[in-house]
Amino acid sequence: VITLHRYAKLVAACTILLIAAGGMVTSTDSGLAVPDWPNTYGRFMFFFPFEKMIGGIFYEHGHRMIASTVGFLTIILAIWTWRVEPRRWVRWLSVAALGAVVLQGVLGGLTVLFLLPPPVSIGHAALAQMFLCLTISLAVFTSPRWIAAANPVDDPRLRRLAATTTAIVYGQILLGATMRHTGAGLAIPDFPLVFGGLLPPSWTAPVAVHFAHRVGALVVTGAVLLTTARVWRYKDRPELIRPAFALAVFLCIQIALGAAVVLTGLQPVVNTAHVVNGALVLGSALVLTLGSFRPVFDRALQRTARPVASVARPLGARS
Amino acid sequence: LRVAAVFVWLAATGCSKEPAPPAGPPPDAKRVDVSTAGRVSGRVVLEGPVPQNPPIKIEADPFCQNAQKDGMTSESFVVKDGALDNAFVYVKDGLGSYVFDVPTAPVTLAQQGCRYGPHVVGVRVNQPIEITTADATIHNVHALAKVNSGFNFGQQIPGEKQRKTFVKPEVMVEFKCDVHSWMRAYAGVLPHPYFAVSGNGGMFELKDVPPGTYTIEAWHEKLGTQTQTVTLGEKDSKEITFTFKAPTS
Repeated sequence: VITLHRYAKLVAACTILLIAAGGMVTSTDSGLAVPDWPNTYGRFMFFFPFEKMIGGIFYEHGHRMIASTVGFLTIILAIWTWRVEPRRWVRWLSVAALGAVVLQGVLGGLTVLFLLPPPVSIGHAALAQMFLCLTISLAVFTSPRWIAAANPVDDPRLRRLAATTTAIVYGQILLGATMRHTGAGLAIPDFPLVFGGLLPPSWTAPVAVHFAHRVGALVVTGAVLLTTARVWRYKDRPELIRPAFALAVFLCIQIALGAAVVLTGLQPVVNTAHVVNGALVLGSALVLTLGSFRPVFDRALQRTARPVASVARPLGARS
Repeated sequence: LRVAAVFVWLAATGCSKEPAPPAGPPPDAKRVDVSTAGRVSGRVVLEGPVPQNPPIKIEADPFCQNAQKDGMTSESFVVKDGALDNAFVYVKDGLGSYVFDVPTAPVTLAQQGCRYGPHVVGVRVNQPIEITTADATIHNVHALAKVNSGFNFGQQIPGEKQRKTFVKPEVMVEFKCDVHSWMRAYAGVLPHPYFAVSGNGGMFELKDVPPGTYTIEAWHEKLGTQTQTVTLGEKDSKEITFTFKAPTS
């Protein structure tokens, strides 16, 4: 049986695929291989012949096709959520996801029409991760575990740690996007050292952005270590230990991929894997954060819910 | 609504880069007297082992594969007996207030066999540059201008042509095709006619240069730039050599 929760997970998974496709566009420098938008070489994009998807067009047009699919899936998600979901704030969250994917499409078009200005391209990358967070949040909020949660862990310190880690990871992804879209990926050509030392011998904007991303990786590692150490207290709570384990694993992979990106000289598949895995680091940090905030959601809902409604309509069931 | 208004404003002002009307000549403008002009000629050479041009993977497009049956290599180093072709040599400084008529005939940049020809070209400010394609495949023509307005358009029918102009001097404007990532060309945009691309054994010639002292620069896509100072008397001729060092790796 397809439930709203399973469907939301499907949309989140497709969003990961979309981020991978977008990552390949940037990694192969194909962002302008289709010079027009929303058409593709003057044709309505869905009628563009498959055999003409050559070279950079394959990546750019393929990205647009996957993006359109995700947009369509998000429309269904919003309609479905609006029809069956009793919690108003979840319904509005699905509308926010729909708004985000529409804005994302417009940003993608603008960056093509204005020849990839870095602020627009970075904004496009940043909103992609935000949209992923929205779809993941919808999947979490509609999950049976969330709806039926009894006696959730109420640990303010864990909440602070998890939320801070998620924010730091997002900031790190923004730095990475800035590095990619300003061509600073090899501004520091060696790894793990920096021009053979610990600090760059001279500073330029690309070197500074690249160096900040490396320092950011250390900060993220520290934050993840502190957070996962805190979660270790709740080994019997799968809603916390699973995302924490995933976070730790994805972080290890991410550091290895980051090194590989430099050592392979920005090999496109490695580069894209680094982008996608970064999204997975963010996603797992977000799931952990939401899990740690479960009691806060309950308290907020109890404060705002009408007494009659709270008795008559338990969480997750729409009358 | 505000956001929409901002976008409209951006589109109407900052982002729409219409060619500026040509400025009038300066009050002390003068024209070159060819009867007293001289010439600067010479060679561009490469010192050291000649770097290999790496092979290009063209399998992604069957048309290009058919057009280049023997395969393709990058065009960065065209070297024969130490002479380096495809260097752009031009008068960088010293012309003062000379003014020049702008040719109305276009410079052609052709796409044929999934290559640009010529690989390096010079064009005058406000002179049209006509980009053509003879290929039965899709190309996009993406000009990565930094001083001028960049542009990006598609060409997919053999015989298609499009004209563009650059309104400010810029050395160099890179052209690329994002569909076929190996396709690169470079255009030097100058307000005067004193430029040449080294060829036929690294040779170049700048004709009808008025007497004066000039900074001459040679630009190469991989080797950077070199400059020399040349002083020309009336009807004078000078020969110079630019020597680039081969990259170590």
